[in-house]
Amino acid sequence: MEPVLKIEDLTKVFSRGGQPDFTAVSHVNFELMPGECLGIIGESGSGKTTVVNMITRLLDASGGRITLDGEDITTAKGSRLRKAYRKMQMVFQTPTESFDPRRTLGDGIGESLRNHGMSAADAKKEVSRLLEMCGLPADFAGRYPHQVSGGQCQRAAIARALAIRPKLLICDEATSSLDVTIQKEVLELLGRLRRQAGADLSILFICHDIALVQEFCDRVLVLYHGEIVEQGIPDEVIRNPRNEYTKSLIDSVL
Amino acid sequence: MKEPTVRVQKIRRDSVKMRLIIFGTLAVLLLLGAIFSKYLTPYDPYLQDLRNAKAAPSAAHLLGTDRYGRDMLSRVIVGSWTSIFSTLLLVAVITALGTAIGVFCGWHGGRTDTVLMRISDIFLAFPGLVFALAVAGVLGGGLHNAIIALAAISWPKYARIARSQTLALKETAYLKAARLAGSSTVKIIFKHILPNIMGPVLVTSMLDIGTMMMELAGLSFLGLGAKPPIAEWGSMMSDTRSLLSTAPWVTLSPGIAVFVSVMIFNLLGDTIRDYADPKNRRR
Ligand SMILES: Nc1ncnc2c1ncn2[C@@H]1O[C@H](COP(=O)(O)OP(=O)(O)OP(=O)(O)O)[C@@H](O)[C@H]1O
Ligand SMILES: [Mg+2]
Repeated sequence: MEPVLKIEDLTKVFSRGGQPDFTAVSHVNFELMPGECLGIIGESGSGKTTVVNMITRLLDASGGRITLDGEDITTAKGSRLRKAYRKMQMVFQTPTESFDPRRTLGDGIGESLRNHGMSAADAKKEVSRLLEMCGLPADFAGRYPHQVSGGQCQRAAIARALAIRPKLLICDEATSSLDVTIQKEVLELLGRLRRQAGADLSILFICHDIALVQEFCDRVLVLYHGEIVEQGIPDEVIRNPRNEYTKSLIDSVL
Repeated sequence: MKEPTVRVQKIRRDSVKMRLIIFGTLAVLLLLGAIFSKYLTPYDPYLQDLRNAKAAPSAAHLLGTDRYGRDMLSRVIVGSWTSIFSTLLLVAVITALGTAIGVFCGWHGGRTDTVLMRISDIFLAFPGLVFALAVAGVLGGGLHNAIIALAAISWPKYARIARSQTLALKETAYLKAARLAGSSTVKIIFKHILPNIMGPVLVTSMLDIGTMMMELAGLSFLGLGAKPPIAEWGSMMSDTRSLLSTAPWVTLSPGIAVFVSVMIFNLLGDTIRDYADPKNRRR
């Protein structure tokens, strides 16, 4: 079976005027299979967001290769990149800030649909369906981001990410800014959507909470100073960590 | 302890609203007056009556007459058309031009950005009116050239604002989300960037209306703007400055007209800035 996402030797070096270059991500390799949920954990500053931004091409990679669904997108631009965005979508850490304050949630959710050729009327209907799928009333389409709670906004963001039925969903700390009970609800929603989609949806789940990853992911990578120091099935990694850093990460939670 | 602060905020908001209504109404009246200036004049502003030249203000001629016996009130009213609308045109041009350059630089970055921003630095470091004088001098007089000259030196302020706002927006999650939604650059600029940066840009242009009116009148006064016999406040003052000691009303009436209009637009700009201030906003 072909992986949905294949990362080879991915590296990011930030050159900062004057100071020595800083390697934020160094030779990262991994694959994500259809239907799989892969977690990436690591402390703040370990390079998780940098990896994600390179995959979504919001940031240029300094080296390595990114293959999405068999196509090399490492340097994709313009229309080729827009085509890649039909297959990969992202849920951001800050739900409210991920929607344009001057546009309604419905407008944001339907944006990708309209951009990819759906008529405005059809997109509107689809937005209602998506909102209900994510546990929100359809009339939330007319609300502005500041008129809904963080948890509701994140549900809308998930609806937006799934609108064009991507194969890959990236969640960069999608639950970190929410309080614990809401976090659980959003995770339950993601779990349900994932079961419904089966092998059609793979998830890259970035998180710094090892307990959440254990609950939610099939496999986990541990990132430390931009390098992968450990990987495996969450339960096994937690029971039997081989790396010192992973140990301290687990100890700090338990 | 919470209640008093809430009340203070409410009172402040209400007073801002009050000012907005007052100055907004005055500005609208001024604009309407300028639009219908042709029909509001008590006399023909170009009709000469030499027997009645340099007459002091009276019931028949509220602002007196000039050296050809033309009714000053009529001339001031007719002059509002040229003075106000050339100012608005000028402000519209520099707002659009500056914003376009700023958004382009902020979005695109790189070499073009550096070059354009250095150019804007040069303009900002230069005394504006002196440069406008030089440009207008080279282009020759006339209202069009005065507008071109002032536009050429006034866009950098807007480019700066638009650029810094665009740079800040570029990092927001919602612009990243828009890119992931497959929106093209043009779509992102028109749907997400422009609406979100328009607030500060428009406040700046409101505050600039007064300044630009002064500078246009200044250029006209120096003979580089509107040409007689067109009634324009700056050139009217310039024409008649020799009469300041013998018939001061002829020089002073267009001056007072400039003063009052500049005042109204500045106060309106200030009020709009206060109103747009998020601290005053109830969402
Ligand atoms: N544009 C940049 N220029 C220079 N250094 C950067 C830049 N962006 C990120 N870094 C650095 O790269 C490192 C990794 O940052 P990154 O945002 O990927 O961490 P993270 O794992 O997502 O952390 P968090 O859990 O806090 O979100 C950090 O040390 C950061 O300072
Ligand atoms: Mg991060």
